[in-house]
Amino acid sequence: MLLAVVSVCVLISGAALALGLGRDPRRSSAAGAGGAVLASLIGLIPTVKILLVPAKETLSFPCSLPIGSFTLALDPLAAVFLLPVFVLTAAAAVYGLDYLKPLAGKKPLGLVWAMFNLLSASMVIVLLSADAVPFLIGWEAMAASSFALVVFEHGKPQVRKAGLIYLAAGGFGALFLLFMFALLGASSGSMAFSALTRPAGALASAAFLCAAAGFGLKAGFIPLHIWLPEAHPAAPSHVSAVMSGVMIKMGIYGLLRVLAILGAPLAWWGGLLVGVGAVSSVTGVLFALAQHDLKRLLAWSSIENIGIITMGIGLGVLGQAWHIPSLAALGYGGALLHVVNHAFFKGLLFMSAGSVLHAAGTAELEALGGLLKKMPYTAFFFFFGSAAACALPPLNGFTGEFLIYLGAFKNIGASSPAAFPALLVITSLAATGALAAAAFAKAGGSVFLGEPRANRFEQSHDAGPMMKAAMGALAAGCAVLGLCSPFLLKPLAGAVTPLTAAFPPAEAGASMFYISAGALTLIALLIFAWALRRALSRGLPPVRGVTWDCGYADPAARMQYGASAFTQPLTDFFQPLLHKTRSYPVIAEYFPGTASFSTEARAVFYTHLYSPAGAQLRRLAFRYTWLQHGRLQFYILYIVIALIALLVWKL
Amino acid sequence: MTKPLIQYFLALLLAPLLPGIINRVKAFFGGRRGVPLFQLYFDLYKLARKVPVYSRTTTWLFRFGPVAGLAAMLCALMIVPFGGRPSFLSFEGDLILLVYLLGLARFTTVLAALDTGSGFEGMGASREAQFAVFAEPAFFLALAALARGGGGLSLSGIFSNLTPAAWLTASPILTLVTASLFIVFLAENSRVPVDDPNTHLELTMIHEVMVLDHSGPDLAFIFYGAALKLWTLGALIACVILPRHSGSWLVDSGAFVLAMFALAAAVGVVESVMGRLRLLKVPHLLMTALTFSILALIFQAGR
Repeated sequence: MLLAVVSVCVLISGAALALGLGRDPRRSSAAGAGGAVLASLIGLIPTVKILLVPAKETLSFPCSLPIGSFTLALDPLAAVFLLPVFVLTAAAAVYGLDYLKPLAGKKPLGLVWAMFNLLSASMVIVLLSADAVPFLIGWEAMAASSFALVVFEHGKPQVRKAGLIYLAAGGFGALFLLFMFALLGASSGSMAFSALTRPAGALASAAFLCAAAGFGLKAGFIPLHIWLPEAHPAAPSHVSAVMSGVMIKMGIYGLLRVLAILGAPLAWWGGLLVGVGAVSSVTGVLFALAQHDLKRLLAWSSIENIGIITMGIGLGVLGQAWHIPSLAALGYGGALLHVVNHAFFKGLLFMSAGSVLHAAGTAELEALGGLLKKMPYTAFFFFFGSAAACALPPLNGFTGEFLIYLGAFKNIGASSPAAFPALLVITSLAATGALAAAAFAKAGGSVFLGEPRANRFEQSHDAGPMMKAAMGALAAGCAVLGLCSPFLLKPLAGAVTPLTAAFPPAEAGASMFYISAGALTLIALLIFAWALRRALSRGLPPVRGVTWDCGYADPAARMQYGASAFTQPLTDFFQPLLHKTRSYPVIAEYFPGTASFSTEARAVFYTHLYSPAGAQLRRLAFRYTWLQHGRLQFYILYIVIALIALLVWKL
Repeated sequence: MTKPLIQYFLALLLAPLLPGIINRVKAFFGGRRGVPLFQLYFDLYKLARKVPVYSRTTTWLFRFGPVAGLAAMLCALMIVPFGGRPSFLSFEGDLILLVYLLGLARFTTVLAALDTGSGFEGMGASREAQFAVFAEPAFFLALAALARGGGGLSLSGIFSNLTPAAWLTASPILTLVTASLFIVFLAENSRVPVDDPNTHLELTMIHEVMVLDHSGPDLAFIFYGAALKLWTLGALIACVILPRHSGSWLVDSGAFVLAMFALAAAVGVVESVMGRLRLLKVPHLLMTALTFSILALIFQAGR
């Protein structure tokens, strides 16, 4: 426990040092990254210890905070989230050293490293807090530091817009959380998590809805997601990895923590979460399919994975509400396992996308191609991460989804009240899996395979050694987590204890054992097939030729199937949902010289939901501009009037 | 332990016979003599000894595709029951692993096709990825409808729970499930009416166009993998239509193998009597399969 606090201190001092040495980019980078790696290594010790030997350690600081106390606690539920936080912080710091090197002197790297360390420190504080006040302080610090990183390239107008949307979303989320904590703490008057209680009657549901909205805004539940696909691609890639990999999971953590505080959930809460999860996963992956920018595609895929996690939580809540312990255990357990798995493979994917951006200067799918030959390591890591993201065995993406599937399949029987939500989960997971495979085949195929679509990538190079090391570590993590799934059940059992005690059901343990056996068999068969293939070639060199193009003599790189073409049948089928806009020139002459075509699917929710609502709000606000005139003296008067009104009301 | 081993090797040995049977049935309907029944075995032998031709565009991924595809199918074959009897990898939830192994084979094949940089192969890859989106939920829900009948979550458990009596009491459900599985079976194995394995126009192909550039042992791996896929998915249908009824392993296995051959003949009949659908209509067909699965689930709820 103490070591976890030490790691926070190391992170903060690393941030201060990086800022202080800001004049010298090399030394400030070393200070920032060194602090992050050291802090992560220190922090991993208590995290792993708590996961192996479930316990709860509490630490109270004597200093008092307004209406709260500075109490920290480390329990297995927090540790499940701390593990990916520390691992990704360390990997991203190592990666960032190489990634940011070309920017030395052009950008304030000291500030970037300070904010990066602060982001990690605030996430650790959020996870360790056992009191609403430090929790909210950490929460806001997390929002502020990540905002600073999102507007890293503030010269671009779309980045500034992304930053503003992100700031607004963070503010709204915090409002919901304040309201929720007020509801939970109303009866006891203390803000310590141990003192928070479930409010009576319908107020419990109100508290749950506030939690779902406030934490859902951070996690990126559809339709509260609009900031996510804008903000994540805007940040530097190693920060995108941390944001997508772990920062949005803080919303999931908060939701679980509040569910544990509320206890005895109502069935419709679970139904709502299953529905939100199903919509988020299917819609998220559909939008991922329609994107042209690699990092934006990955951001949408994060929404999809949050949807999968939410479906798991929803099943868990239903299991609790209907007293089906195995459903509760498998739902929560699968969700938590997927939290860890997603952090590893999405971190890996964002880092390989960053390497592409670093080497080629663009992440635009339609412009790239054939990069596998230029950057074999990055390509390998990207396909590795893609396979994990598509939940393909033997990698780790499969195991968490398997637990959720298992929970759903066990409850499709007519005797179970959860039959309908279970079937919804199965259908959504199946559709999501196939769509994710299409989306990642499109992304990997158009970036790394085939021939380069433009010849300006001649100078592209593979990722630097630090970047490779970071990606290699995460890829190894994906493989290990995939193969060791039976050993993960015991730590997970500790983590779901605040929610449900019945984990792991015996049959899940047996199934996980077989999953590992199947994964090892698959690897053995791969080796066998590879050996057979080598034996059949008898050492003869293969003949080299050109790709068969049906007799056409002069194939060109532009004739390859592009990224949009690849997904066009699917995106057209789902056009009513995607609302793609297309633009093409009207051909007026007989021999048109140039033509261009563009299609865009990005902001249905923004243009159809938030933009009209915002316009309405602005109209309303304009009527009261006479109140807001910019004279400070009058503003102070308003505050005094409000204070007096509150005093009178209370008296 | 020996019985699952014998079953497994029997399936490995007999799988390439299925395309032969399909071709013979089609030849019969066309009034031709047709290629020999064992043609695929000859082809595999011939291809395995050839030196492959690789395009200069391709990379290791192109060579990895057929290897991974075959390995995934070999693993999937360890899961499917043989005449209602369990195989090696039989456990609670094995049906989920089965579907994702098929997904792995598809993913690597699609990537290998994109690696060639050919517009045609990209086209085939795009279609393969598209149809999976509709076929996978239909397949899962059909299995869910079967699992709902009891017997746990392992395929062998589900099928050993399926008795001839079930066909008497729940024939509408089982018919719907069979129909849904059959459509998915045709789509996943690129048969008419979804895809025509005999077509010679690259523009209209799906699976065949993805493997245009593969040659030699790689092509042999792909052909053999396709035969195993035909067997794997066919075995599920054969297990539904032929519930286990005798205690003898020999009789059950013999009946199961005969059912597999009959299924191949049925595919041949379908290919002979109807043409392939327009590409745009294929999702509609797969939607039909999804609807059948959902209906089966609803009927199962009413039992």
